[in-house]
Amino acid sequence: MNVGAEPGRVARVVILSVVGLVFALPILAMIEFTFRAGLSGGHTLDHWTGLFSEDAARTYRGLFQAIGNSFILAAVTVGIVVVILLPTMILVHLQFPRLRRVLEFICIIPITVPAIVLVVGLAPVYSIVVKLLGGATWTLAFAYGITVLPYAYRAIQANLDAVDIRTLSEAARTLSAGWLKVLWFVLLPNLRRGVLAAAFISVAVVLGEFTIASILNRRNLQTALLQVSQSDPWVATIFALLALLLAFVLLLSIGRLGRDRKNS
Amino acid sequence: MFNKRTFAGLAVFTAAAITLSACAGTTDAPASDVDASVATSAADFGGLDALIAAAQAEGELNVIALPDNWANYGEIKALFEEKYGIVVNSADPDISSAEEIAAADNLKGQDTAPDVFDLGTAVTLDSLDYFAPYQVENWDEIPEGNKEATGLWVNDYTGSMSIGYDSNSVPEPTSLDDLLGDDYRGAVALNGDPTQAGAAFAAVGLATVQSGGTLDDFQDGIDFFEKLNDAGNFIPVNVTSATIAAGETKVAFDWSYNNLAAAATVDGWKVVTLPGTVYTSFYNQAISKDAPHPAAARLWQEFLYSAEAQNLFIVGGAYPVTIQTLQDAGTVDADALGALGELDGELVTPTADQAAAAAALLAEKWAAAIS
Amino acid sequence: MTDASTSVDVSGGAGVTPWRHRLRATGKFLGLTPFAIYVLLFLAIPTTLAVSTGFFTEDGALTFDNIVGLFAPNVLASFGASFFVSAVTAIVGAIIGALVCYALLGLRPDGAVRSFIDSVSSVLAQFGGVMLAFAFIALMGGQGLLTLFLKNNLGIDIYADGNWLYQVPGLLPVYLYFQVPLMVITFMPAMQGLKLTWAEANATLGGTRLTYWTRIAAPVLAPSFFGSLLLLFANAFSSYATAAALISQGAQIVPLQIRGALVSETVLGRENMAGALALGMIIVMVVVMWGYSVLQTRTSRWQR
Repeated sequence: MNVGAEPGRVARVVILSVVGLVFALPILAMIEFTFRAGLSGGHTLDHWTGLFSEDAARTYRGLFQAIGNSFILAAVTVGIVVVILLPTMILVHLQFPRLRRVLEFICIIPITVPAIVLVVGLAPVYSIVVKLLGGATWTLAFAYGITVLPYAYRAIQANLDAVDIRTLSEAARTLSAGWLKVLWFVLLPNLRRGVLAAAFISVAVVLGEFTIASILNRRNLQTALLQVSQSDPWVATIFALLALLLAFVLLLSIGRLGRDRKNS
Repeated sequence: MFNKRTFAGLAVFTAAAITLSACAGTTDAPASDVDASVATSAADFGGLDALIAAAQAEGELNVIALPDNWANYGEIKALFEEKYGIVVNSADPDISSAEEIAAADNLKGQDTAPDVFDLGTAVTLDSLDYFAPYQVENWDEIPEGNKEATGLWVNDYTGSMSIGYDSNSVPEPTSLDDLLGDDYRGAVALNGDPTQAGAAFAAVGLATVQSGGTLDDFQDGIDFFEKLNDAGNFIPVNVTSATIAAGETKVAFDWSYNNLAAAATVDGWKVVTLPGTVYTSFYNQAISKDAPHPAAARLWQEFLYSAEAQNLFIVGGAYPVTIQTLQDAGTVDADALGALGELDGELVTPTADQAAAAAALLAEKWAAAIS
Repeated sequence: MTDASTSVDVSGGAGVTPWRHRLRATGKFLGLTPFAIYVLLFLAIPTTLAVSTGFFTEDGALTFDNIVGLFAPNVLASFGASFFVSAVTAIVGAIIGALVCYALLGLRPDGAVRSFIDSVSSVLAQFGGVMLAFAFIALMGGQGLLTLFLKNNLGIDIYADGNWLYQVPGLLPVYLYFQVPLMVITFMPAMQGLKLTWAEANATLGGTRLTYWTRIAAPVLAPSFFGSLLLLFANAFSSYATAAALISQGAQIVPLQIRGALVSETVLGRENMAGALALGMIIVMVVVMWGYSVLQTRTSRWQR
């Protein structure tokens, strides 16, 4: 019975294919560009096959290390979101409803100030952080945790608004569950959608972040990509496409992991 | 309750902010020898070999804003690494000279701070406090007008302002006015905004002197670009090797070494320097006062002004500052110089005052001219 | 939790000693401490430091020149242009994104289509900067794939009146490219929260699809929709790298003004202007957020 909650098959197909086509176009343009041979208009496979050549291997070493750095950064950032932001949001939702606007404002500020200005203020903080924790790249995750706050907040809040956390937690509490049990067995499963969406966007943001890493002179995926693709615009485009693909595959696998447990 | 918390919070973070800025203000002593950071020549180390040893002990060099395809810096960095076994950490290849100085501020006291700078003239003259004086061994080979007396900054290379073009789509421009014609509809672009980027500033300078004006007044150059824009021939997108390869920017005003690097990469891109007055401008090499690797920084300077590296600049399409000495001594790379061509015609470079006046004029007039 | 027990305590009267009552109350606040410290260190302090540079000259003397400079006509015009671009791309992006979320309703959450779209949306939501700008140059530039296709095959010249891709209008399609995926990824959890039982109840009571969507789903979705809209607005408002790669001449929007202040090699000594501009941006966001919270208060009235 069609109760109107879901779109009809036709509507679904039309919307998704039109939007999908429009969004595929720029990627297709990039791919077409990587096959071009100079300005004379011919096409060639040389740019792609050149990736496997001898001297290319030298440049890759730095790139792999940078990819590893970015993965670590993504993991720590998601950790910050789940361990610091999520409990705070739940706490505010349950206990401090009047602080909700304040929290919302705090979580929109990072996206308001462009990174090139924010980094002017981050640099002194980081000079302290470097003294305390060393200059390793993973410390950048503290700044990234702030950068993803707006996105993660919105994703989790959308979920919080949809699920009645208050009733659930009170019900669990009257059944004499401790707070930790409530969090783990009652709240988190209901917030899985939002947390997963927050994790997705956080990973994507961390993998795509360039400005802060570049100005603080750290090596992450994007700064390393810039280094390897300076002189050759086709290689630059190929690597950008590969980076997008990498992020896509990574997120797909995270999604699979997150979902399998739900179904078991 | 909420108000109290806010006040408490405000007090705490104001205190923290003040403390932090105080902390950030103090400079960390460099990790290496105090001697190295105040040495003003190789003699202070006890000779070039001692300098090399000290630099190798440091093991690393942080350079900034040196793209591989800018005046052949790629080969120069690689040769330095090979020759001395010192790892060159090249950061931020795409940033401007002003951002190099900002990076020195942001990273002060950390060991990822830049050791050496390669800057445009305006920023150099404005940032003398950041530099440590140093005179390379072949100090006398560098002409008088190309260096600061104590070695705070030294010119390293220059190019001529040139016009690159897509030879498959547009004809070769033989004069500035050619570019106003129909063949160049929607084709001409600059490498940046003249109120921000040195290369674009120089393009306006070239337009000025080619239109019969002088460097005292860039108005002629601004007028030319206004005409170009009105004819629909000017596109306000940044010239990069990608836009050149995509055929989007069919004509580009840029330094000869950049255009030549593009010509080497992209099939069909050709470079021409217009006859008549040629606009040049030297970039400046300087050592950071707070360099985390002071000995390596000084060795880099010695290396950069040696015949080997100066010849590599020629290969990259730039004219090194010691070119006269190289030619006289016969140590110049004749093939590379032949391929590059002599710097013919009347050469002009703006003085600091002319540059400042032009910058002020552009800040006032440029946006309106090309809108 | 403590709410229930505290209320019991209070109504219980003399049973609980006052200091325990106050301890419980402070205990609640302790839960906020980790987040507060984190935000203080890495957001409050850097933002304050960055913005306060706007109040100093190059030499460190206190000045209001930079703030006064914010009211120069070209700076005000750039704020206007920024606001325009952000508002348009936020609204259009939100609508298209919501449509896509609607189209995804009812699909299995771990099915192929949903997983694919979730991952693609996340990736594209933060795809920006030089590469995105170049993708659009390659697609829609003067010599772009689409431009030439339209010109040669359909006779349509999209740049007949001049190339608009490298001006403010050109930012609209480019920004939409990351706004729509961002909407999809942040709004989907809300859409998924719509319960089938509500639709069934609506049908049982004789309502149509229209009444379901306007009377039931819309008020429920409104807070999240406007929250995401706000996020999209802020996202576009501060977006710098993409605009910088596309528009090399001039400073038509505020982040480009900031670029001019921080990056200029030829017009020096204006770095502190960037702090003042950032302050201006925060003020705009405060005003927009105030409008948003007023809107939220009104829409939440529908729900009660």
